[in-house]
Amino acid sequence: MSKIEIITEKCTGCGLCIKPCPYGAIKLVDSPHQISSGRTVKQVAVIILDKCTYCGACVDACRYKAIVLEKEEVKVASEFKDYKDVWVYAEQRRGEIAPVVYELIAKGRELADKLGCKVCCVLLGHNIKELANELIYYGSDVVYVIDDPVLAEFLDEPYSECLAWLIRKYKPEILLMGATNIGRSFASRVAAKIRTGLTADCTGLDVDVTTRNLLQTRPAFGGNIMATILTPRHRPQMATVRHKVFKPLQKDVTRKGEVIQENFDFTNVKIRTKFLEFIKDTTSKVNLAEADIIVSGGRGLGGPHGFKLLEELADLLGGAVGASRAAVDAGWIPYSHQVGQTGRTVAPKLYIACGISGQIQHLVGMSSSEIIVAINKDPSAPMMKIATYAIEGDLYEIIPELIKAVKEYKGIKS
Amino acid sequence: MHFVVCIKQVPATTNVQVDPKTGTLKREGVESIINPFDEYAIEEGIRLKERLGGKVTVITMGPPQAESALREALGRGCDEAILLTDKSFAGADTLATAYTLSCAIKMLSEPADLIICGKQASDGDTAQVGPSLAELLDIPHVTNVRKIVEIKEGYVKLERMLEDGVDVLEMSLPALITVVKEINTPRLPTLKGILAAKKKQILVWNKETVNADADKIGLKGSPTQVVKIFYPPPRQGGQVITGADAKEIAKKLVEKLSSHGLI
Repeated sequence: MSKIEIITEKCTGCGLCIKPCPYGAIKLVDSPHQISSGRTVKQVAVIILDKCTYCGACVDACRYKAIVLEKEEVKVASEFKDYKDVWVYAEQRRGEIAPVVYELIAKGRELADKLGCKVCCVLLGHNIKELANELIYYGSDVVYVIDDPVLAEFLDEPYSECLAWLIRKYKPEILLMGATNIGRSFASRVAAKIRTGLTADCTGLDVDVTTRNLLQTRPAFGGNIMATILTPRHRPQMATVRHKVFKPLQKDVTRKGEVIQENFDFTNVKIRTKFLEFIKDTTSKVNLAEADIIVSGGRGLGGPHGFKLLEELADLLGGAVGASRAAVDAGWIPYSHQVGQTGRTVAPKLYIACGISGQIQHLVGMSSSEIIVAINKDPSAPMMKIATYAIEGDLYEIIPELIKAVKEYKGIKS
Repeated sequence: MHFVVCIKQVPATTNVQVDPKTGTLKREGVESIINPFDEYAIEEGIRLKERLGGKVTVITMGPPQAESALREALGRGCDEAILLTDKSFAGADTLATAYTLSCAIKMLSEPADLIICGKQASDGDTAQVGPSLAELLDIPHVTNVRKIVEIKEGYVKLERMLEDGVDVLEMSLPALITVVKEINTPRLPTLKGILAAKKKQILVWNKETVNADADKIGLKGSPTQVVKIFYPPPRQGGQVITGADAKEIAKKLVEKLSSHGLI
């Protein structure tokens, strides 16, 4: 077990460690005592062990080195010597690879190079064999393929049986999956099946080459804090990863790799779900999550009519229309357009926020956009503070002029 | 039918703010609420019971004060409530949480037909406990359900929300679903409900009651470990574009955007 202790002679009772504790596990109690300098202080910090997770945030916050944390010793890498390679789950639907897969291959490549191993993809589906080459062109060394009519549509049960079987057979040390709706559902089932750790929705990944531990960084508490998470005693280390955080490699059709066909026996597999049909969302012309340009509107639009204007600008720029929760809750635009903690996470090249004040729940869903333009009447709105370009003013005056200016620039007659 | 709803008590995150001086979370006076996504799970359980008969059992794992979340769920119309609380449950990651919940669900005197969870919790945002729980109970699951099209003994037909549309699926019961906010509009507890809820008994179960393996619960039973917590560096602001009128501002912005190759 890990141990944490406060050295009374060093603790001045200043309380600096209390706020950084995400678990509310530190309190000050009255306990007059003399500290090393000879001064007498009134209070001492006490750790509530029931609440403490040994994260170490307090250790970093203490100016007097009065908190000592001993982490539970982790198994040495040699115990996992059978486990090797970085795997990427190549999510596909109807023959189309999810774009996040290429981003994960690039990151997996980097991790594998550090660890001195291979990056491999797992491709599950039906009539998907030709996609394997595509994965190699983008940087994969090996592609494991199970092509079976049972896998024609994504269903959690047969897919998780196949992936768990491959994991047991080949023992990867790391498995990365896209944090898509499917990825997050599927990964959870697989991790529980093989009883290993899974970290959700990571935005940062690195490896410790000595322990071969994967350092998984992710936002929590609605993006207010970041946490780095390890899976020290289990293999494979599984993570789902947010899209558009990593850049894919250049496609190189001369790259060579190995494609390994596997046959899975479904005889004894329980399949208690059945796919009936897929209804495509036709309201949005561009997939919000994948759009390079997003024109987004919030409460400041004052009504649904404002989205007509935003749509015109988005069409002109070849982008998609997004919205804040306030606009969606007001019924001005469907939920599929919502950006933020309870909607989509986006990271376009350009995000134009019109009349969006910028609540933390919205910012967490879009703050990794490359360029942010904010148009708002209130210059003190949080969105205006983080914007690359902030424009104070009435969006109903500025956007029509912006539409004209873009048309002029592009040489389109209005 | 027996509907089992799993909920989590979370800090009311809309009130969680970062202290501008220290860059840390302001925790003082932050109240605890039912995870907003779980409100849809509770509502769906109650609606199904109203349509089909049966009962709704609500379960949470947490510190003793999580009882207030259960009390609120009873006030909305759930019939029975179970609080899983034990010092050794603390510090659980998603797998240890799913394991503890699975132990409790196996102990129910009347087996569950449908387990309903919210899509994810607003503090951890993992969306992992639901599917992991289904696996540990060896039942099928579907996440992000926006509509139950049809449900009868041993069968459910539903719609799963995806990034680009909706899958229509059918599944045998018992099963687990996680629900999104499109599925319903949660009701508020009524005064009558709140009063009735006060009289209802909440079952309090610990590690022994649910017969949990000590190596699979709490911090000790969690494969993942938080090793560092830090505050994201705030995004730096850029420049303010000003001009005599909207036309001039628009023109300046177009110049900026074209310099980035965006138009």
